[in-house]
Amino acid sequence: MLSFVIRRLAVAIPTLLILVVLSFILMYAAPGGPFNSERPLPPEVLANIEAKYGLDQPFWKQIINYVVSVVTQFDFGPSFQYKDRTVNEVIAQGFPVTLTYGFWSFVVAVTVGVSLGVAAAIKQNSWIDYFAVGVSIGAQVLPNFVMAPILLLVFTLWLGWLPGGGWNGGQWQFLIMPVIALSTSYMASIARITRSSMLEVLNTNFIRTAQAKGLPMRRVIWRHAMKPTILPVLSYLGPAFVGMITGSVIIDVFFSTGGIGQFFVNSAFNRDYSVIMGITILVGTLTILFNLVVDILYAWIDPKIRY
Amino acid sequence: MFPNRAAVEGIGDAAQLAEVKGRSLWADARIRFFRNRAAVISLVMLGLVAAFALFGGMFAQYEPDFVNFSLIGSNAYLGVPSLETGHYFGTDSNGRDLFARTAMGTGISLMVGIVGALVAVIVGTLYGATAGYYGGRVDGIMMRIVDVLMSIPFMFVLILMLVIFGRSIFMLFLGIGLISWLDMARIARGQTLTIKNKEFVEVAVATGVRPSKIILRHIVPNLLGIVIVYATLLVPNMIIFESFISFLGLGVQEPATSLGALINEGSRTMQFGYMWQISFPLFFFVVTIFAFFFVGDGLRDALDPKDR
Amino acid sequence: MTLRTRLLATTSAVLIATTGALYADGHATHPETGETLASDQSFTYRVGDESPSIDPGLVEDVDGADVVRDLFEGLYNQDAAGNLIPGVALSHEMSEDGLVYTFTLRDNAKWSNGDPVTAGDFVYAWQRAASPELASPYSWYMDLMSIENGGAVIAGDMDPSELGVTAVDDVTLEVRLTQPLPYFPQMVTHGTTFPVHQATIEEHGSDWVLPENMVSNGAYVLSEFVPQERLVRTRNPMYWDNENTILETVTKLVITDENVALTRYLAGELDRTDIPAGQFPRLSAEFPDQANSVPQACSYYYMFNLRDGAPEELQDPNVRKALSLAVDRDVIAENVLAAGQKPAYTFTHWATAGFETPDIPMATMTQAERNEMAQELLTEAGYGSDNPLSIDLVYNTDDSHRSVAIAISQMWKQTLGVETTLANQEWQTFLEARGNGDFDVARGGWCADYNEASTFLDLMQSESGYNDSKYNNPEVDALLAEAKTSDNPQANYDRVEEFIAQDTPIIPIYHYAADYMYATDLEGWPYENFEQNWYSKDLYKIAE
Repeated sequence: MLSFVIRRLAVAIPTLLILVVLSFILMYAAPGGPFNSERPLPPEVLANIEAKYGLDQPFWKQIINYVVSVVTQFDFGPSFQYKDRTVNEVIAQGFPVTLTYGFWSFVVAVTVGVSLGVAAAIKQNSWIDYFAVGVSIGAQVLPNFVMAPILLLVFTLWLGWLPGGGWNGGQWQFLIMPVIALSTSYMASIARITRSSMLEVLNTNFIRTAQAKGLPMRRVIWRHAMKPTILPVLSYLGPAFVGMITGSVIIDVFFSTGGIGQFFVNSAFNRDYSVIMGITILVGTLTILFNLVVDILYAWIDPKIRY
Repeated sequence: MFPNRAAVEGIGDAAQLAEVKGRSLWADARIRFFRNRAAVISLVMLGLVAAFALFGGMFAQYEPDFVNFSLIGSNAYLGVPSLETGHYFGTDSNGRDLFARTAMGTGISLMVGIVGALVAVIVGTLYGATAGYYGGRVDGIMMRIVDVLMSIPFMFVLILMLVIFGRSIFMLFLGIGLISWLDMARIARGQTLTIKNKEFVEVAVATGVRPSKIILRHIVPNLLGIVIVYATLLVPNMIIFESFISFLGLGVQEPATSLGALINEGSRTMQFGYMWQISFPLFFFVVTIFAFFFVGDGLRDALDPKDR
Repeated sequence: MTLRTRLLATTSAVLIATTGALYADGHATHPETGETLASDQSFTYRVGDESPSIDPGLVEDVDGADVVRDLFEGLYNQDAAGNLIPGVALSHEMSEDGLVYTFTLRDNAKWSNGDPVTAGDFVYAWQRAASPELASPYSWYMDLMSIENGGAVIAGDMDPSELGVTAVDDVTLEVRLTQPLPYFPQMVTHGTTFPVHQATIEEHGSDWVLPENMVSNGAYVLSEFVPQERLVRTRNPMYWDNENTILETVTKLVITDENVALTRYLAGELDRTDIPAGQFPRLSAEFPDQANSVPQACSYYYMFNLRDGAPEELQDPNVRKALSLAVDRDVIAENVLAAGQKPAYTFTHWATAGFETPDIPMATMTQAERNEMAQELLTEAGYGSDNPLSIDLVYNTDDSHRSVAIAISQMWKQTLGVETTLANQEWQTFLEARGNGDFDVARGGWCADYNEASTFLDLMQSESGYNDSKYNNPEVDALLAEAKTSDNPQANYDRVEEFIAQDTPIIPIYHYAADYMYATDLEGWPYENFEQNWYSKDLYKIAE
């Protein structure tokens, strides 16, 4: 197990390097630059700015300087767009926001999704089942950029129950709509996976045996059926996590939460190279770590798997 | 966002069992599939949606890019759906016929979905089959590359690519393909590992058939079941994915449109009461995706001998 | 909440401040108008994106400048009509040759930490803004103001201390120019010229703009700043005119989507928001006292690519003119946008000071006549149904640019049978394509730098860096050069506009309007200010 973890972490380093180089090349291939504007700056002003941010250096030197300062000092440099801020400050401000609503969305998606799926499987072909399947597919097909304005119209404009956006340090009123909008489609997927997985498990011999021995249904489900049911759900959590980070783009646009999704899209449009790099590396690292955690959990639940 | 790997892997067992049972797999599967009412209804729905995409434009009274200048700016009062004006679905905010545009958008969304899924499936299958067939060091390296690529937040890279190289349907396919072939490669590799020890493959190897030919002639056909299921489940995800790209304003160029773009535009005017601008495209979007999900589920169940 | 009422005896301001304890909330009245003030004096408004900076030396966008005008105070402010009124400076004198300006500062201006605001603070701020070390994207403003040695300091050839600005004593600031500049006093209302607190900047470096560090001299201080989310400023008790400030807090919210912003406005969360494209007629019918549109000093146009090697078809002025004639500006202005924009047949904005829109023949024709003429011109040029003209039109990603492009491409198609390929490009890509001449027809928009016609027409000069058409007409160049020294340049401007109509290097489409929703209880907004410069200290909320 330990060697597996170490091996995976070893792969993570070249992965991140590839990511850095790929993003760097993509950015430099991009038309425009961070300091282009409709009214071109006078050459001497532009020269001052480029000198300040080290953009007057040759390409290879920039990339080396960058990697060195990231690795040795954990310093992602100044933001080119937000001139009062460094990338570290931008991330320190935006990331906890994304993490907070991402975490709650994750919790909601998993708990509601699994419960719904289990309920549907146990009472297969009952109204609960049809309800769960209907809800989960419905939630999956409604794009969250449609769901978000609908939530706004209903809860903010018509009912006036919830604030229409902002973060305000993450008070609960400001969390509700982002969490609903972000979690529903993942909740739906998890419900579907849980349902079909549970159905499969319930049909296996050892469950049938347990039932035949007269064990109460509740006990059979909890003690025996849950573990194998949860395995496919676990393998879905990796992609779901990445999807939620990506989905934060939509959440930030509609609910003005100020998370890293908004920063990423803006910096891509503004050619704010340092912020793009910082966020890409952050998300890449998280993805790797999260996949690792999922794999470890997998092995822990299913002893048949050996690494 | 993407079909569940574990769930799809399950049908790999089916493919192997079919080998044992002989040639009746496809016939059996067809019978099983047609016994699944939801799947059959969905298939019919898909047929209708495709027919609408292909022929709907012919019944439209207007070209999809024709702007009715007398309507611009007064959509709320004049652009409503009506049989009299010939705007069956009303007009969009720019005074264009929504019926023609919905037909066009449905076509483009279906195309993006199907072509995107095909790209992913073809690349993934060939890659996975090659890795699995050669095994050993080649397999190790190829699958390590997949692991590395899987850890890259491709959605972010795709946004960068669309921003940088400009938007085009080609870029969309490429980007979507890049993201989704990885899972397929893993599944295909797993299946290939079991297939390559089968007698017919060993016979082929012994008679000196070239590896590329073995992969294409003997291995890939045996992966077909799993590939079809995966592709069917991938299509709706591709369509959802395209809608997200459209939302970011990086989708297809005007005057072309997709369902995602239409829904996005419609969602902007929803609060002003122009509900038709969102409901018609959303209806086709939802029906298409529902249908693909049910057909995919039906196919998986049909190819899965474990009768539920 | 403590409310301070004010009694204003004269403009020289004899003030008697009382605390809200004497007058119960809601009984406070505005000292000049006598309106009853609301108990909640907070103002919340929407911006579409985070500003690059709120450091006066670095500020580069309009939203950022709005914040800087509240947090800092320069030599002069503007009143509701855009006239100069005293800020930190009470008055100035100009030397006879017009090259030396001497400002007299008030002695009661204070920083938010209690330090006095001195002439030295201005000297430090101006030197800092010009210095290569700060590398401000607005450093050229110091050169634009024609300050002695400005260009050399920016280029790094001279030390910032050589900049032509000196503190004679704490309340006397001397500025030396390289050429007489009649509108120089107007230029010091711009954020780049505002003072900054040297000790704070030297202590905190670039972190000095954080709320816990910032020391400012405006009517408000920064109390909360969460980039991409909100920026809150609260009244500055140290401000010399604090007694006359009514609003307690001003909140700027970043809301990317204008439709979301409108929803939140209608839910009462905002006091000011932009009106989404195309929604002005509906909103002004429903909320006539909230929807507001005023002329904005910008012109919207399409430019043709006239470079060597650009498509041959568009080098024929008659083809260009036909395309221009076929654009129904009334439909664009009144139906597509419908928010107070005006159809444009001249490049110069109709509301530009001292500019009289010349008679362009096209402007007086009916659209039917224009269409007929366009068809004739195009047929003469050899294009028709058997040989259709096809062109590429590029615009940058934006809902209203898209609507305009869709409408115009259809006008060309329906009137002239021209096939247009639309290409919507993201901003940076668009700028590069346009600058490199990688287009047939491209969207353009130009906003006035100052309130005079040459700010627009200079773009038609063959040497202008902003002339992306690469229009080159020696006669136009001569007319524009002559206008610079002419006492009455209007005749020259008329001729240039006629040339534009004749040669059609660009298609003027419409003149901008700024349209916003304002809460009914918000008063004091300077609608008349053509530059749209507003100061929170002039705003107040009345009880409803």
